[in-house]
Amino acid sequence: MPVIMITYYVICVYLIGMLVWNFIREKKSVNDMILYLTVLIPLILRVFRIK
Amino acid sequence: MSREWKIKAVLVIITAAVMAIGGFQLYSHRHYMTPIIAGPGVTKATKLSEFFKGLKGTKADTNVFFLEGKEEGGKILIIANTHSNEPAAILTALVFLENAVVDKGTLIIIPQFNNSGGRNTKPGDGYPLYFEIPTEWGNKKFRMGNRNASPLDQWPDPDVYIHYPDRQLLSYLDVRNTNRTWPGRPNGPLMEQVTYGAMQIMRQEKVDIAIDIHGAETMFPVTNCIVAPEKAMRIATMTSLTVKAREGFDNHVEPSPQGFRGLSHREIGDYSDALPFLLEAPTPFLDQPTGPKSVDFLLDGKDPFLVKLSKKRKLFVPYDETGWPMDKRVGQHCSVILEIIRQYSKKFPNKQLKIRNIPRYAEVVKNGVGHYFHNPNETDKKDIYYN
Repeated sequence: MPVIMITYYVICVYLIGMLVWNFIREKKSVNDMILYLTVLIPLILRVFRIK
Repeated sequence: MSREWKIKAVLVIITAAVMAIGGFQLYSHRHYMTPIIAGPGVTKATKLSEFFKGLKGTKADTNVFFLEGKEEGGKILIIANTHSNEPAAILTALVFLENAVVDKGTLIIIPQFNNSGGRNTKPGDGYPLYFEIPTEWGNKKFRMGNRNASPLDQWPDPDVYIHYPDRQLLSYLDVRNTNRTWPGRPNGPLMEQVTYGAMQIMRQEKVDIAIDIHGAETMFPVTNCIVAPEKAMRIATMTSLTVKAREGFDNHVEPSPQGFRGLSHREIGDYSDALPFLLEAPTPFLDQPTGPKSVDFLLDGKDPFLVKLSKKRKLFVPYDETGWPMDKRVGQHCSVILEIIRQYSKKFPNKQLKIRNIPRYAEVVKNGVGHYFHNPNETDKKDIYYN
């Protein structure tokens, strides 16, 4: 696997962690919770290689 | 459980459900197989990976059919669905594949050239996932694909696509566009490998004519035409004049630009002995200022916004309430291909091609393209291939 590909996966995992963390910390805004989950979708598909 | 966590749980479940339902539809589309029937003229069915091993086992590998005549003659390659959102191409290729009888020469057909693109879609434009062509035995279902290969098969995209070998800078998307990656190379991105595989067919089989079937917007000037480079211009011009005089439809000639690289009508001519022709039929579905991208619109080409634009002379083809039906597009392609073959055979009598049992424009318009498709349930299983 080329270095650039590994870098992409590392970035994806980092972003997933940040989004999940923000989703857990969010107390009031349902709108923000939906946005965090929506943004998570492509990142999860990438990391788990779901085609 | 607090109210906050109940809301979060519900949102996670809804998101997972949306992912699962949407994902299942896209997964089914990507793996849907269209039966392709090898007609009486097919003598050999193989894969593109036979000509370039690097494609074996990838989603880019695709079927290649040979229809060889008893007498030796010229060789013609028909490539369809270079862009899988221009489906008149695959329908035309299947009319040839299911019906053609070759008496002299060889006909080679690749019905789904960008196989990955045929399993991709364009959700942002609201593309339908499938369309159906009515036949006498029921509807024949096809996948509706996209212009470019799926990023699932070729990823990541570069910031800018640097064409090989000319190093012209093209849009990043064109790295997945098999009409920008000609002539290709064996160690390039997957779509360059696809075009390299086709170039190998042309080199190994000594193909004389290469026809790449497309469709184009009615608002785009290069539509309803034959695009040809200098060396194929005479045959293209004679073809255009003859179909106009004999069959009554326009199909003008556009010169292949020398400075725009990666296109089949340019690179095939420059990197092989074949005479390339790219056929464009008007495809209103591809225009931007239209109503919803429905299956009906794809098939009948009727759109009220395009009628208004036509009245304001903004279109490059005649357009009215009758639209631009699929049968008309396929009929034009059939006639133009037959005429190119006839003109080539006249110019090079020692490399004649004789192909029969293919309908011309008026017949396809009268009978409908579905009339020329055979029922897979009444066909010997050994003659059915899946794409």
